[in-house]
Amino acid sequence: MICQSCKERPASLHFTKAINGEKTELHLCEKCAQEKGEQYMFSEHPDFSIGNLLGGLFNLNTPFSSQPAQYPQQKVLKCDSCQTTFQQFVNRGKFGCAHCYEAFQDQLTPILKRLQNGNTVHTGKIPARIGGTLYLKREIAELRGRLQQAIADEEFELAADIRDQIRSLEKKVLSEGGES
Amino acid sequence: MSLEKFINQAVSSWMNNEGPQADIVLSSRVRLARNLEDYHFPSLLKADQAEEMIARISEGVQEKYLLELLKMEDLSSLQKRVLVEKHLISPYLADTSAYGAVLLSESEDISIMVNEEDHIRIQCLSPGLQLKETLKKANDLDDAIEAKVKYAFDEQRGYLTSCPTNVGTGLRASVMIHLPGLILTQQLNRIVPAISQLGFVVRGIYGEGSEALGNIFQISNQLTLGKSEADIVEDLISIVHQIIAHEQSAREALANTSSIRLEDKVFRSYGVLTNSRIIETKEAAQCLSDVRLGIDIGYIDNVSRSILNELMILTQPGFLQQYAGGPLRPEERDIRRAALIRERLQLEENC
Ligand SMILES: [Zn+2]
Ligand SMILES: [Zn+2]
Repeated sequence: MICQSCKERPASLHFTKAINGEKTELHLCEKCAQEKGEQYMFSEHPDFSIGNLLGGLFNLNTPFSSQPAQYPQQKVLKCDSCQTTFQQFVNRGKFGCAHCYEAFQDQLTPILKRLQNGNTVHTGKIPARIGGTLYLKREIAELRGRLQQAIADEEFELAADIRDQIRSLEKKVLSEGGES
Repeated sequence: MSLEKFINQAVSSWMNNEGPQADIVLSSRVRLARNLEDYHFPSLLKADQAEEMIARISEGVQEKYLLELLKMEDLSSLQKRVLVEKHLISPYLADTSAYGAVLLSESEDISIMVNEEDHIRIQCLSPGLQLKETLKKANDLDDAIEAKVKYAFDEQRGYLTSCPTNVGTGLRASVMIHLPGLILTQQLNRIVPAISQLGFVVRGIYGEGSEALGNIFQISNQLTLGKSEADIVEDLISIVHQIIAHEQSAREALANTSSIRLEDKVFRSYGVLTNSRIIETKEAAQCLSDVRLGIDIGYIDNVSRSILNELMILTQPGFLQQYAGGPLRPEERDIRRAALIRERLQLEENC
């Protein structure tokens, strides 16, 4: 099958597009899919759901995949809280509940890397209810980095200082308890 | 405050003030996506839970803010369409979401959608380039809501959202920007790829597909994870400043090298708007953009700047039909649109 967009390269990715409930199929080469993908993936409510796109990229969208291989039925990966399976997440491009993030944690990291330009860890705002301790933890992590550097630079006095700071922050985290 | 007010006026009152960089940047928008820990995401939510949740969210925020709660089930499809055209709700909330609702401030600078793709979508709007101020406003609302609910949040992933493209900050910061100079000098196509490389997206707001009616574009962040809210906004501001500089030099170049042509274009469009009896959306948008450029450059001084913003919204199908009091066929719409624009411009001349 040849790519419908450039009509040059062979189509290796396959999408379903639903407009007003009517499904159309789209067959693209890797290059065109990437271009279109960027176009569609980030629009708020795209014609091509990100699920279709993920499905294509991971070759999980079985309905008309040209992939000949038959995978053995694996144990179904599922969120215990909302019963959404990983396959459903991929098809819909949407999680069912907050716990899905935990349930699909291992599968999620590469997906996030792809969608978020390599980023997988939040560094922004923190809800007030867990704010205090988490901000302290971030500060501790940063100090640990500086501690390593100080040791590497053989600046032992500075290192000792930083270690004291870390200890006092760690005590604070313990005393504030927090939920995490 | 009543539903009528939101439906009948094309111009939200926050649009009446001119913000910084108003000659190029029409408005700034900040959106925060949030979900509650104890409920499934909207697509799996049951009716009674949705009801309970809408109550809890509006209670918390209404203690501090004066907001009107509108439930989608209580609105006609035409009323919903008008709210979409004013960018107060999304097409998804209007047409697809079950149990959708929106909380609106009187000046329409705040819109909190409930049970859209996420439980909560806080949206704040300001005129001109005011992203930091708008982020601050959204953050304050976020804190007010959080006082009564428990957000779904993970230390690693941040604010958890229905779709992984929003996870982390849940922030979408954007500006609506008028770029006739970059279009006329055919420079925008060169600039867009550079912007995408920085993790930001440019797209037309009005019109379908790649077509951008009225030379109005939206620039927003793609990435929501791994950068703080302040950094995202800071980066967007610096991109916008660069685009403003390009747009300004394009306008200067046009005014210097082909002044009479540009002036001709502007006044022809003004002539079309003040005289036509039938006008399609696309032509109206192009002419409005030309006239607005003419105002910015100083060729036209008896028309107010807000005309582009206002008439772009007022001449959308939903609004035209709202004014007409019922459904209109496409040709009837084009006639109404022409009449409305003529009327509005006459009003300006008499001021
Ligand atoms: Zn191709
Ligand atoms: Zn789940």
